[in-house]
Amino acid sequence: MRRLRLSLWLLVALALALFALFALQLSRPKNEFVQSALVGKRVPDFALAPAVESHPGLSSADLADGRPKLLNVFGSWCIPCRAEAPQLEALRRQGAEIVAVAIRDRPEDVAGFLQVYGDPFTRIGADQISAVQLSLGSSGVPETFVVDGAGIITHQHIGDIRERDVAILLDELRRAGTGA
Amino acid sequence: MRRAQFVALLALALAGAGPVAAQDSLPPAPYAYRQLDDPVLEAQARELMETLRCLTCQSQSIADSDAPMAGDLRHQVRTRIAAGEEPEAVRQWLIERYGDYISYSPQVTSRTWPLFAIPAVLLAIGLLIIRRRLSARR
Repeated sequence: MRRLRLSLWLLVALALALFALFALQLSRPKNEFVQSALVGKRVPDFALAPAVESHPGLSSADLADGRPKLLNVFGSWCIPCRAEAPQLEALRRQGAEIVAVAIRDRPEDVAGFLQVYGDPFTRIGADQISAVQLSLGSSGVPETFVVDGAGIITHQHIGDIRERDVAILLDELRRAGTGA
Repeated sequence: MRRAQFVALLALALAGAGPVAAQDSLPPAPYAYRQLDDPVLEAQARELMETLRCLTCQSQSIADSDAPMAGDLRHQVRTRIAAGEEPEAVRQWLIERYGDYISYSPQVTSRTWPLFAIPAVLLAIGLLIIRRRLSARR
């Protein structure tokens, strides 16, 4: 009888522990971001035509020319991409070389976007069916990858770049440049 | 009067109820909504698409979603299958990029094996208990 009662209490304790686990896990904020599994790996081969007349297109070879870069994935139709434009401009002013992939975009829309929100890019490739975006493991716009001089992805920033992210990205870029 | 106000408010609410996220203006990718001509390949693609997670609408498969990115992913799946790739190779290509997250098809790995082992262990314990009870009764 004694042993039976003890095992019953154990059962109650087990159920309580289970509920405590549920409460803990449910109270944690859900992480909606899907990180790219390609961080630390080489940029997949691609070659994109220019997205707009004023800029050359972008290929994976451009990302392995010896200089570390930021690769910005954006769309002129994407609202958060407008919000991050001042931060991209700040990054450019502080010496970052920024290339871009325009997702599902038309040349006239890209030109309009650059005119209104500024143009921090040296190259913009047109990815009209998200093929390069998918091959990069990017799950939305905007996203920004740090790519070192050899074409290895060293960091991925998901979502729009806020003011506090500028220093982080500059630091990542510096580290990509020194190979640390 | 009240009623007229309500109707006006309702109309206003409905007018503003467009999609929250902005959408691009390009037409869908060629094979986003078009089936492959070969029904066998289309069936393979279909089966795979139903087990791939839409990235921008995370609780749907790409077969169920009308998000532009899901359409582009369907295009990738269909063109790769049409080019002769095995469905599991396409899944692997995506897992290399997005991790296990993109796949709805559960895999036994060093992290997930308890999910498969625990039911078997519980079943074994249950059978053991039943056997002991039955033999005790005799």
